[in-house]
Amino acid sequence: MSDEILKVENLDVHFRSSASIVKAVNGVNISLKKKETLGIVGESGSGKSVTATALMRLLPKGIGSIPNGKITFNGKDILSLSDKEMRDVRGNDIAMIFQDPMTSLNPVFTVGDQIEEAVRTHQQISKKEAKLKAIEMLKVVGIPEPEKRVKMYPHEFSGGMRQRVMIAIALSCNPKLLIADEPTTALDVTVQAQILELMKSLQEKNDTSIIMITHDLGVVWEMCDKVIVMYAGNTVESGKVKTIYDNPLHPYTWGLLESQITKNTLNGNKLPAIPGSPPDLRNPILGCNFADRCPYAKEICKTTKPEPIEVEEGHIVSCHFQTKSNRLERKELVYIE
Amino acid sequence: MSEVVIKVENLKKHFPINEALPFKKSTQSVKAVDGVSFEVFKGETLGIVGESGCGKSTMARLINQLIRPTEGVVEFKGKNLATLGSKEIRSIRKSIQMVFQNPYASLDPRKTIEYLIAEPLVIHQIGDAKSRKKRVIELLEVVGLSGYHAERYVHEFSGGQRQRINIARALALNPDIIICDEPVSALDVSVQAQVINLLKDLQRKFDLTYIFISHDLNVVRYICDRIAVMYLGKIVEIGTYEELYENPKHPYTKALLSAIPKENPFDKKERILLEGDVPSPVNPPSGCSFHKRCPHAMEHCKKDVPAFVDLGKTQKVACHLYS
Repeated sequence: MSDEILKVENLDVHFRSSASIVKAVNGVNISLKKKETLGIVGESGSGKSVTATALMRLLPKGIGSIPNGKITFNGKDILSLSDKEMRDVRGNDIAMIFQDPMTSLNPVFTVGDQIEEAVRTHQQISKKEAKLKAIEMLKVVGIPEPEKRVKMYPHEFSGGMRQRVMIAIALSCNPKLLIADEPTTALDVTVQAQILELMKSLQEKNDTSIIMITHDLGVVWEMCDKVIVMYAGNTVESGKVKTIYDNPLHPYTWGLLESQITKNTLNGNKLPAIPGSPPDLRNPILGCNFADRCPYAKEICKTTKPEPIEVEEGHIVSCHFQTKSNRLERKELVYIE
Repeated sequence: MSEVVIKVENLKKHFPINEALPFKKSTQSVKAVDGVSFEVFKGETLGIVGESGCGKSTMARLINQLIRPTEGVVEFKGKNLATLGSKEIRSIRKSIQMVFQNPYASLDPRKTIEYLIAEPLVIHQIGDAKSRKKRVIELLEVVGLSGYHAERYVHEFSGGQRQRINIARALALNPDIIICDEPVSALDVSVQAQVINLLKDLQRKFDLTYIFISHDLNVVRYICDRIAVMYLGKIVEIGTYEELYENPKHPYTKALLSAIPKENPFDKKERILLEGDVPSPVNPPSGCSFHKRCPHAMEHCKKDVPAFVDLGKTQKVACHLYS
């Protein structure tokens, strides 16, 4: 398809630790079109941030490696680019917003300097023009009195405003793809609502594609067209957001949806919870990564890895018992203390 | 009505701001908690919600006297804590325990779990080594861990397990009330549910009272009987969870509830977007502190501080729209 902007095929990411190799990401596939928003959800340690870092080729040198996989961005093979070529892509075509706006800005430079730096790295413009661009960007992200604010330092800004500055930096070069790694996790709900609203309106204006990494399903329902559910480095399920909500098939997705507290969770009832905690990825896992916590697990789950199967158009599940012809009967989740 | 465990009246905490010159007496202060009154009844869970910087955690510290209030009264079972000396406060703290937000920072990594859980017993000189050990194992089992965990160190536990250890520590002295300051915010959803279930079970089993501080409105709704909404050091609305969520009155409560992300992709949500950020607690706006961001602000909101208005059963709101 011509308007496909990003395609990731069978991406593996490994980290070398002192004693062993941690398989942080195994066989992730992504397909993203222009103006589309993809959500990646999962718990901490599920590999969502590592996937994003790998897309930007920002894995720590010598420790993180990509043994398998292909990343095609806008027709270019990202993994075969030289470091210099990659620098042109980074920030210019693909931009990233990080989780913690308190630490991702440099405290000794003014906010204006930091936006100008991003612009001047990638565009041949004069200092003066860059300054004007910085003011314009602050205006775009809704910071009042941008002419005055541009000369201020990050500590003079609140958390929400700093995240706006991060967005201003990320969008200053009109990237085609914006990767947002938990952009609102450190913010209050009211500010989160403002930032999400801002991202949506800027996406509308600039035709940007967004990859939204989050552990909050609410944010996914709010923002995304498609979603990938990750667990312990594997994609367990992926598809359109509405499909995943209406017809989730993987037992982990069931658990994730059920343990979310919503308006309909009755006060006083017990919450369904997934027992146990995620596996240690330092030890090789033979079968399905979720087998230890899965209430439906059988012998085969402990010995053989499930292959991803397209059960309906665009809806892919990796589970031995969820195939085109066979469906698991969903039972109520156990209530544990 | 059941017994009042904690009664807070016109509680204030102002932190002076140190000027650049150390000899200069500070004239300004951060009004972290600014005139808060409420009661907590036996066996209930009172939720305190609000944005960061609104004074939730300061309030928790004031209640068990980790910091002394500038003004106002905290009563525990009728005893005014402000009049007590530090020795007496110490013995009162047996009954008022806390669970903190970050389970990765609140446990000493160099001590065994047994030491950590027995520490409160040692401090208050309860039992001998043998009986303490027995108590530790009993507590571990109560919070869903096992006796053999006692010998281990903190780094061997996941976030959820660490929070269980914190809860066991808080339970060691058989408290009447536990103040939970964002106990599940640092945990993943699937683990969060486990810890919330545990807290609920323990409440039933030991007849505990909770003050539950959180910024996650869904969690608060689920676990709390009554909820107080704070804004800039003041309570703007208080009521049962049904009253507050079904029929919020204060414009701030309404905005806060409307900011909760969607429940499903089909949800069409009317959203009240607040302008700007929370004002600085050093110079809070005159009159109603919310008037600068309030969509319904009127002329006299800028001048007069709104008083609490009773709206039926237990709901109270501090807003001029209802006076």
